Amino acid sequence: MVSPAVIVVIVFLIIPSIQSLYLSFFRVSPFGNRKIFVAFSNFLDLLNPNYLNSFIVTLIFTLAVVLIGLSVCLALALAANQKISGIGIYRTALIWPYALSPAVAGTIWALVFDPSTGAFSYFISLLSGTMPNWRTNGDFAVLVITLAATWKMTGYNVIFFLSALQTIPLDLQEAGRIDGAGPWGRFWKITFPLLSPMTLFLLIMNTLYGFFEVFGLIDVMTEGGPARATEVLVYKLYYDGFISLKTGYASAQSIVLFAFVAGMTLLQFKFAKRWVFYQ
Amino acid sequence: MKTKRYFRLLIHLVLIVSIVVIAFPVIYAFIVSTLSFQDVFVYPPRFLPGSHAVANYITAWKNINMGRLLFNSTFISVAVALGKIVLALMSAFAFTYFSTFRGKGFFFVIILITHMLPLPIRIVPTFELMRDFNWLDTYYALTIPFFASATGVLLFRQLFLTVPSSLCDAARVDGISPMGFLGRILIPLSKTNIAALFLIEFIYMWNQYLWPLVVTNRNDMQVVQTGLKMLLAGQAQAAEWNVIMAGTVIAMLPPLILLFLMQSSLVKGFSLQEEK
Repeated sequence: MVSPAVIVVIVFLIIPSIQSLYLSFFRVSPFGNRKIFVAFSNFLDLLNPNYLNSFIVTLIFTLAVVLIGLSVCLALALAANQKISGIGIYRTALIWPYALSPAVAGTIWALVFDPSTGAFSYFISLLSGTMPNWRTNGDFAVLVITLAATWKMTGYNVIFFLSALQTIPLDLQEAGRIDGAGPWGRFWKITFPLLSPMTLFLLIMNTLYGFFEVFGLIDVMTEGGPARATEVLVYKLYYDGFISLKTGYASAQSIVLFAFVAGMTLLQFKFAKRWVFYQ
Repeated sequence: MKTKRYFRLLIHLVLIVSIVVIAFPVIYAFIVSTLSFQDVFVYPPRFLPGSHAVANYITAWKNINMGRLLFNSTFISVAVALGKIVLALMSAFAFTYFSTFRGKGFFFVIILITHMLPLPIRIVPTFELMRDFNWLDTYYALTIPFFASATGVLLFRQLFLTVPSSLCDAARVDGISPMGFLGRILIPLSKTNIAALFLIEFIYMWNQYLWPLVVTNRNDMQVVQTGLKMLLAGQAQAAEWNVIMAGTVIAMLPPLILLFLMQSSLVKGFSLQEEK
């Protein structure tokens, strides 16, 4: 009964992953009919400025998505966890972005920041007098995709923070209050430590999102441009593998990403034991 | 008491402002989908709906053969969600009840592996595999590689472990076969979890973009998400935002509606998922 699942895992996950490693040592001949062994040359090519640029863009982008997303969503979840009226409606109104796709987020944010007609561009021009154009200004493009990507994750982050907040026993808060801790002190001394397993889980999920799932958003909005300003690693991998048809080079990039994900996963499993304790 | 009331008012205010800010881009997208082409380029931008909604939605529908794309997206999302649920139920059942398979370690290795190998890491060889199978531009390529779900196996296994073994013994005494026990007792017990997993996997699959982009080429095998790119194509200048937004609204409605209908099961499903 396990066999169908095992077959799927072996055929579509394990074998292709091993092939990725194998392909990363080859280069396709100019006519595309032969694979030539090139040892580590694909990996050495990763040291070129375009790849390093991709690496830095990805790190900045992901760091921003994680930091902004987690802090804002934790604040929203704390607000939505208060005992006030209409809380069910508030919760529904906060979690729906979970159902949107990165590509949908991309088209919508391309519209609101459209340099000549977008609503947000208009607001910015009212405030600052100028309208930065993310189709030509690389730094602004990174900011716009960061906002779009963070926005799309709000629903997911709020759901998880809320579910974790609800497992914190009320008498702990009460005990803190009796001991004279203010709301601020209670948050840092009681709530935040108890939330830390969930925060770590979301940290990892948001990092993986920043690395991989934003592909649709970037392809729809910027295609990595302007001038490679938003060319994150997953976009470069796609471009080199499927547009430039450098499959060996793309596979070498896969291996780098694998090393990264493996590290993250091991981290998650190491700490996972601890958060079972809190359940 | 008074400070408490002000505090509540403040919370209401913070929540309402945040909700409006978060919803604004979607509301604005909807408004633009009702404007005429000329009104899209009015400065300052318009924030009230226009009267061209029907025309825009029809244009978007026709431009990218939306009926077909909606069918493709629905078909692959339902197929993957159901496929994952069936495989996960079977695996979890086997892991829980036929413990000759002494493999908690093996089990965790498999889960670790599925976690560590997201699609981009194996995309080139998996694409070549699809090509060698002659699966490009088929529903096989769009569904079967997604069938393994570590999350689902874990979710059902945890649930099955809470079922008292006396129930299983009683079923055996009554002459119910293992499959009968799964079908008549365990599956009805897991109804809410199955619903939660269905919702999560449906949304996950509906929103896939990179894989459909890579394994499909023919227009009639596109999905709704890649259709958006077709609507946008070559429109960097003077984009027909009204038509593009009509297409965007169509693309986001099915998962949104499903989410609102099944929201309670989503929260339950997530609280199970996080325990992994």
